[in-house]
Amino acid sequence: MSLKSNLHNLKEKYKGTKMAPAFNALHTFLYTPNDTTHNGTHIKAADDLKRTMNTVIMAMLPCLIFGMFNAGYQHNLAVGDIQAVTSGFFSSEFWTLDNFMIGFWKIIPLVIVSYGVGLGVEFLFAIIKKHEVEEGYLVTGMLVPLIVPIDIPLWMLAIAVIFGVVIGKEVFGGTGMNILNPALTIRAFLFFAYPTWMSGDKVWVEGAVQRTKDIAAGANLDAISGETILGSLAQGKDMAYSVSDMFFGFIPGSIGETSTLLIILGGLFLIFTKIGSWRIMLSSVLGAITMGLIFNQVVSAGIITESSKFYTLMSTPFWQHLIIGGFAFGVVFMATDPVTASQTNIGKWYYGFFIGFISILIRVFNPAYPEGVMLAILLMNVFAPTIDHYVIQGNIKQRLKRLKVKTA
Amino acid sequence: MGLLSKKDSKLILDPLTDNNPITIQVLGICSALAITAQLKASIVMALSVMAVLAVGNVVISLMRNIIPSKIRIITQLVVVAALVIIVDQILKAFSYELSKTLSVFVGLIITNCIIMGRFEAFALANGPWKSFLDGIGNAAGYGLILVIVGFFRELLGSGTLLGFKVLGDPIEKTGLYALGYENNGFMLLSPMALIVLGIIIWIQRSRNKALIED
Repeated sequence: MSLKSNLHNLKEKYKGTKMAPAFNALHTFLYTPNDTTHNGTHIKAADDLKRTMNTVIMAMLPCLIFGMFNAGYQHNLAVGDIQAVTSGFFSSEFWTLDNFMIGFWKIIPLVIVSYGVGLGVEFLFAIIKKHEVEEGYLVTGMLVPLIVPIDIPLWMLAIAVIFGVVIGKEVFGGTGMNILNPALTIRAFLFFAYPTWMSGDKVWVEGAVQRTKDIAAGANLDAISGETILGSLAQGKDMAYSVSDMFFGFIPGSIGETSTLLIILGGLFLIFTKIGSWRIMLSSVLGAITMGLIFNQVVSAGIITESSKFYTLMSTPFWQHLIIGGFAFGVVFMATDPVTASQTNIGKWYYGFFIGFISILIRVFNPAYPEGVMLAILLMNVFAPTIDHYVIQGNIKQRLKRLKVKTA
Repeated sequence: MGLLSKKDSKLILDPLTDNNPITIQVLGICSALAITAQLKASIVMALSVMAVLAVGNVVISLMRNIIPSKIRIITQLVVVAALVIIVDQILKAFSYELSKTLSVFVGLIITNCIIMGRFEAFALANGPWKSFLDGIGNAAGYGLILVIVGFFRELLGSGTLLGFKVLGDPIEKTGLYALGYENNGFMLLSPMALIVLGIIIWIQRSRNKALIED
């Protein structure tokens, strides 16, 4: 008997019992159900929830694969085995099997833990609440490994995923009802619970933590480290990477966030397939540029001088803010989450603009939280329903006015 | 309880479970969030509130027939303030470190909604013995939640209980820490107290559906 008929039999056997949703979910995830309709008129739409989710995952895959190469590249570069890239995006120093394998063996466990724990919690809740398993975790499960540092311990990730799925999503009623983006809830939890694993100069390069421990234990090794650009800027250090490195992504950072080029490609793919909102992406970029320009003006007007601790970040050219840190990744893949973003088109402009605006504001003024985009998106997630409310009320008012003019 | 009649023991037991001042009436949240990072502070806070509430309830109950209802709030405040100052001074005298940890929150017992709530809702209408039991019961219900929240926050946030390193030493890397375990810094922040409290409320209401209001 094939797996399909096996699953079908199991489904029939457990029909109406507690475990039914779990078997249903497995069955429909892998196969088309046996009981589809064959004739008659039906409304057909290609983009059901599963397909929408899969499209987003496809858009993220290049970032994931790049992240694997980059993990190995950063490691080998820090150890001193290879030279820094010299010839653009397709540099041979970067795209080596050695680089890929280091990253692969480090990142695949993160993906497995993220999906395993997350889907486990979803299945558990579906069984307790007696509803079907929802596909909501598919995208979150892929986002999570992309927005954590490479050296994060797996058990921390597991705890954070449980927290994020239960407190971020299930308590509000599951997929589609959540107020906060679950992936960012998971990252925020890690950030506040285990700050030493989410910032500093050790966690971004594969093996740096272990090496520091070995050296402390008396091993004869050179310490390796790698600070993210935002981290070093916040400490007032100069930028150690060229603009092309930052744009292509040959920099330390969370696994999937570094390559602005691939993120833009993913974003275009999302816009082209009409899954991601171009309004939110565009307005976020506008918001970030506005705030960046304001800071640049403040510096050139001489209000902030080099003695200020904000000087380095404030004097960073406004366009560079777009390609360093997780800004691009957050805006393309997380601000556009249809559940937590504004629903109205006008609302989306405000929502996106403030995400960009606040991201840069937090980056500059709070060196303890270099990754402003995470907090900015979470904050605007909370305000999205309020924005929608006022947009709708405004529209109603306008229409009432029109009605009055006509009848008067 | 042989000592108490059925009605009297209900006064003490109800606030512990189905009429809990924190999880059901949602009163006294501020102090529950602020001082529960350590179990010891939670216990002392619970005992302080218990002393103030039990004695205050008795005093108000004794005076209930002579307090003009127009100025009853200010009278109640004077009683609480006097009791809180006594508790505060005792803490400062015998346990200065702890009173520094609790900082303003001992003083803020004055504004703890549970206390004014019990004065208004119970002591003004019942005799001293019943008011005393009611005070003990409500303070115990408040303390129970504080201790539960404090237990989890100290255990997961600092890896200690009442100051004892129950999970091992994070610096020497013994016990759990030898396996790579680390303390959860989020547990020490107030938002996590709110979440722990929320989880307690969630568990309580899913066990007893009658408590869910629309």
